[in-house]
Amino acid sequence: MSSDTGQQHPLGLYYRIWVLLFVLSACSYAVDFFNVQGGMRWFLVIMFMLLKAGFIIAIFMHVFWERLALAFTILGPPTVLLMLIVFMAVEGNYISGTRYLYMGHDPNAVALSPSDLHGAEHEEEEEEAH
Amino acid sequence: MSETAVSEIVRHGGIDGLADDWSADKQTYHVPWGKAMMWIFLVSDTFIFTCFLTGYLHVRLTTTEPWPVQSEIFALSFGGGDPIPLILIAIMTFILISSSGTMALAVNFGYQKDKVKTFWLMCATAAFGASFVSMQVFEWSKLILEEGVRPWGNPFGAAQFGSVFFMITGFHGAHVTIGVIYLLWVAFRVKRGVYDDKGYEIVEIAGLYWHFVDLVWVFIFAFFYLL
Repeated sequence: MSSDTGQQHPLGLYYRIWVLLFVLSACSYAVDFFNVQGGMRWFLVIMFMLLKAGFIIAIFMHVFWERLALAFTILGPPTVLLMLIVFMAVEGNYISGTRYLYMGHDPNAVALSPSDLHGAEHEEEEEEAH
Repeated sequence: MSETAVSEIVRHGGIDGLADDWSADKQTYHVPWGKAMMWIFLVSDTFIFTCFLTGYLHVRLTTTEPWPVQSEIFALSFGGGDPIPLILIAIMTFILISSSGTMALAVNFGYQKDKVKTFWLMCATAAFGASFVSMQVFEWSKLILEEGVRPWGNPFGAAQFGSVFFMITGFHGAHVTIGVIYLLWVAFRVKRGVYDDKGYEIVEIAGLYWHFVDLVWVFIFAFFYLL
């Protein structure tokens, strides 16, 4: 029984998972660094996220070795949150649709970036100088 | 029953074990009570953070203003070079992963009753955590003072960006801060030998909290900074 001895596992396993988590983090950062956009960005970011979360929960938090009574108590209740997320996504899409339709905002508007704000005056001066 | 006589599946319990545990008269979870309570707390905390992230999903979907581009806002340049996108957040992510590794090792050495290694690994974990929080302080002050981001508005786009950012990263930062204090407290008690008789489950319980803080950051990193 795990309660008698505590959760003891070979150190090598922890080192391997540790390295794997570094690699997965580097992969998710690479998605942004190489500016992957669109559906591929969503797919890659969420895949790396779920893999990282899975290894942390299963190995570092030892859920893989726990008896099912505890594992289901931990993993079961949060699954209802998936329903909340789906409902809010559907509802949110509907609300934004009606707002664009009736409030006259531009759906293709682009946000400003720090360089737009801080660099603006500077660039104008340079252009005038030329 | 000797450990070797019991196969891995039986030790694990399986579906039969699940039925046995839940139909037992006395006790369902065969773990120390502190560990069961920590798990129940963490499950409830999962609900809090998921509600925050779902709220973020909803305001981001429903706002008609464009959402600020995170990789440009959180870019940082070193020595006057071109800004590197999200570099500080990436460093913070690696620091938290490092701290999770040292914590996992601390739990392992705790069960081996190696007090010295457990103490120092927990201190290393706390030090990583403290450096994470100080980087977050740097990030917040840069956003507040240089970029003019406020909970009620910002110069880039949708006003909800600021409120979501401060609420979610602030709540996570508070968890890290509390975790650093908790880890140091447990570490010094380990060193004093408080758990020599009681057993070292407390290190695993503290570890669960710390891994959870790292886990939450995995989701914040993906949803708030990358997507």
